[in-house]
Amino acid sequence: MYEFKYHRPATVRQAANLLVKNEDAKLIAGGHTLVPVMKQRLASPPHLVDLSHIEGLNGIEMKGRSLVIGATATHAEVANSPIVGEAIPALADLASQIGDPAVRHRGTIGGSLANNDPTADYPAAVLALGATIVTNKRRLKAEEYFQGLFSTALEPDEIITKVMFPLPKKAAYVKFRNQASRYALVGVFVAKRPSDVRVAVTGAGSNGVFRVTAFEEALKKRFSHKVLDGLVVSADGLNNDLHGSAEYRAHLIAVVARRAVEAATAKG
Amino acid sequence: MAKISIIVNGNPVNANVDPRTLLVQFLRENLRLTGTHVGCDTSQCGACVVHLDGKAVKSCTTLAVMADGHEVKTIEGLAADGAPLHPMQEAFREHHGLQCGFCTPGMIMTAIDIVHRKGHELSDHVIREELEGNLCRCTGYQNIVLSIAAGAKAMAKSDLA
Ligand SMILES: Cc1cc2nc3c(=O)[nH]c(=O)nc-3n(C[C@H](O)[C@H](O)[C@H](O)COP(=O)(O)OP(=O)(O)OC[C@H]3O[C@@H](n4cnc5c(N)ncnc54)[C@H](O)[C@@H]3O)c2cc1C
Ligand code: FES
Ligand code: FES
Repeated sequence: MYEFKYHRPATVRQAANLLVKNEDAKLIAGGHTLVPVMKQRLASPPHLVDLSHIEGLNGIEMKGRSLVIGATATHAEVANSPIVGEAIPALADLASQIGDPAVRHRGTIGGSLANNDPTADYPAAVLALGATIVTNKRRLKAEEYFQGLFSTALEPDEIITKVMFPLPKKAAYVKFRNQASRYALVGVFVAKRPSDVRVAVTGAGSNGVFRVTAFEEALKKRFSHKVLDGLVVSADGLNNDLHGSAEYRAHLIAVVARRAVEAATAKG
Repeated sequence: MAKISIIVNGNPVNANVDPRTLLVQFLRENLRLTGTHVGCDTSQCGACVVHLDGKAVKSCTTLAVMADGHEVKTIEGLAADGAPLHPMQEAFREHHGLQCGFCTPGMIMTAIDIVHRKGHELSDHVIREELEGNLCRCTGYQNIVLSIAAGAKAMAKSDLA
């Protein structure tokens, strides 16, 4: 790892000032993406700004009809929160499937969303539930937030402070994991919302998380896995790598989406 | 350099470290607590698992500066020198959960974390699922699973957590 200077702000404002003042400074939350990348010398930020000591940035609460999760809430906190379990059990379930227990004790929702790994789990939930990413500067709708592989609408000195999830009527996440890496080979989050149905897929798209509108339209007419019979996903634009071909992933999306709808209806 | 104060195995430790020092490096090289091992160095194998404020974490993927002001427990902190072993250590000895022993400290720290979260009656299925972040290169998982089930039960009867 290359040398860097370490900063520990107590507030989001201080953290933002540090980012503005120090060019190429980077935030660190759980460090479970950034530290490995720095160890491999693929990144060498001259300044690290640690978010983990900022009071209240990891809170989880209900605000009206929205579930609000602070940026530094760990995957374990989201998985075990009774508030999340009650409001959006599918989200708690998703968090419980990230990495392994030790990873879940450190990794955060803000770090995962900022990183936007094409095989990460949270992006599927954020897009399917139509969540809003709140930063120190503005509010970003899920649709405008994700901008392809490892890229987001965040500016270099922008800090995610929380994520607001409107409550769905029914939802479920089903992940077909890569047995070695634990990341999603295909992960599908299905959400029946008051106004529409959304189906978001992670792990499969070579451009990151995406929605399957053909499935959404069918499910909007009738929310049952049966309406997906015969519907297929094109292999165009899907990842084609040593873990699975694009055709295999296209097939998996249909299978996993069906399971997700079944799981969402089973939960009532 | 950054000044850090960490409670390690119950003892306050103050040090001046280069911020890029990993927690595992700090424990092994500065404090000579060499029970915590580095297997993969890529967050996969769990040989480096220690408890940070009572929770299992991979110390190869945690900066020492990020543990400042917190409590760390390593395998050396489970039982004092000469004192009886921690029930989980005893269970690994009794049920032959160690082969070469390299992954054992991480396995035991993870096992105790599992008990803290999931209780004392652990099914094989739960143990296997929860152990997914720990790899044993001797691949003798059968006895590790047996040891953890037994250690979990024994912990219920012991004051040592
Ligand atoms: C062994 C292993 C297995 C894993 N398996 C999975 C898996 O199955 N599914 C999955 O989804 N993920 C997985 N992960 C990734 C894990 O969830 C990471 O913890 C997460 O993606 C990054 O969160 P972090 O808090 O650790 O971020 P960090 O590593 O601290 O930061 C990551 C990036 O986000 C930026 N950042 C952090 N917080 C903010 C913020 N609030 N605002 C703006 N930018 C910010 C940082 O500057 C950095 O660029 C795995 C990781 C490991 C090591
Ligand atoms: S050395 Fe830390 S997980 Fe392998
Ligand atoms: S006992 Fe040898 S690596 Fe597990």
